[in-house]
Amino acid sequence: MTWDWEFAFEIFPDILSAIGVTIGATVAAYFISLTLGLVLTLLRRSSFKPLALFVAGVIEFIRMTPPLVQLFFVYFAFDMSPFLTGAIVLGVHYATYVSEVYRSGIESVPASQWEASKALNFSTAHTWQKVILPQAIPPVIPMLGNYLIVLFKETPLLSGIYVLEMLAVAQMIGSETYRFLEPVTIVGVLFLVLSYPSALFIRYLEKRSGQLPGSSEKGVKT
Amino acid sequence: MFTNIGEFLPFILEGLSTTVQAFLFGAALAYSIAIVAGLARTSKLAIVRVVATIFVELFRGTSLLVQMFFFAFVFPSLAPFTISTFLAGGLALGFNYGAYASEVVRGAVLSVPKGQTEAAISLNMSKFQRMRLVILPQAFRIMLPGIGNNSIELLKGTSLVYFISLADMTYRADILRGANTALSSQVEIYTYLLLTYFVIALPLVLLTRWLEKQASKGVSTA
Repeated sequence: MTWDWEFAFEIFPDILSAIGVTIGATVAAYFISLTLGLVLTLLRRSSFKPLALFVAGVIEFIRMTPPLVQLFFVYFAFDMSPFLTGAIVLGVHYATYVSEVYRSGIESVPASQWEASKALNFSTAHTWQKVILPQAIPPVIPMLGNYLIVLFKETPLLSGIYVLEMLAVAQMIGSETYRFLEPVTIVGVLFLVLSYPSALFIRYLEKRSGQLPGSSEKGVKT
Repeated sequence: MFTNIGEFLPFILEGLSTTVQAFLFGAALAYSIAIVAGLARTSKLAIVRVVATIFVELFRGTSLLVQMFFFAFVFPSLAPFTISTFLAGGLALGFNYGAYASEVVRGAVLSVPKGQTEAAISLNMSKFQRMRLVILPQAFRIMLPGIGNNSIELLKGTSLVYFISLADMTYRADILRGANTALSSQVEIYTYLLLTYFVIALPLVLLTRWLEKQASKGVSTA
């Protein structure tokens, strides 16, 4: 089979029209993972040990099981629209990764900051809000940016529960016309065109913000 | 709860062997690629570096599922020979995670202090000896935790072969869902499936933690 430009031009608008769903799901899932990730990090540091342990256990479980299976589980367990299901499952899955990023940021804040806040008679909530988080989060923003790209590249999973994102549309075209070469290649190129420049930009930011303790490459999927 | 697990397990275990095979094939390919591509990116020859970088960025910039579709549906129509679904899934897993792991290898090799290379040169070691006897043994210890995390991601990634109809655990669960059995609900099936993935991933996680601990043991740091 050789590349058919005419066919490629014909199907390109159909695939491109699904990019809104892909980007929408990415942004929704990213918003969930950023907020839930922070909540998980703070709960994990709770002084009430049973709660901290429970949250740590839940995080481990979510991290260790495939997002696709989680997607099916939630899809069949709850009566929600496929799009919402997809955004929530991807968001919750990557919240467990994002919480590790927050943790590395928080651990990079010197303990003396806590002591100083105590000396000023700040409450715990006040210390988090005014002293710790403002110092912990800005340095990890590039690492958080990585997860936007990771989520973007994970959205084709949602075709498993019939969300019509780019790959689902490509597959539909493929099964109707028996030509997969053009649709799948177009989707691949669109992913590359959108994710690669963003990844380069984030790598540049990361280099500029300097290395944090715990921001080594291990385990961080970029 | 858990009353029907006796019915679930024998059915899903048939898929387990496919999941494990896809994992082992993918891991073997991924880590061979990771070492070759990771070392190639530190090469002095520009052409070697450029080829390796294009390969790595191509597979990191697109999505794993898109790559799997490419190997399963596009590749057969391009090549004069056919490849099995298993091979298509395994190649996508190996290439994708190999590209990610090559970054771990590259980072580890670059993190070995320059003085080690200089010392090896002063001992009149050849380039090859230097790499084999001095740099790699030290880099290997640094890359172990990263490789461990990569393996857990790879195991989770095997569930995507569901999309190309390779009968892994996720695919078997889908069949079970379609069959009218005494298993009371879809939710139950996917709960068991999540637990099964968790049990399989657990040794991998514990091994990674142990390696992480070993890696930091008895090493003097600057």
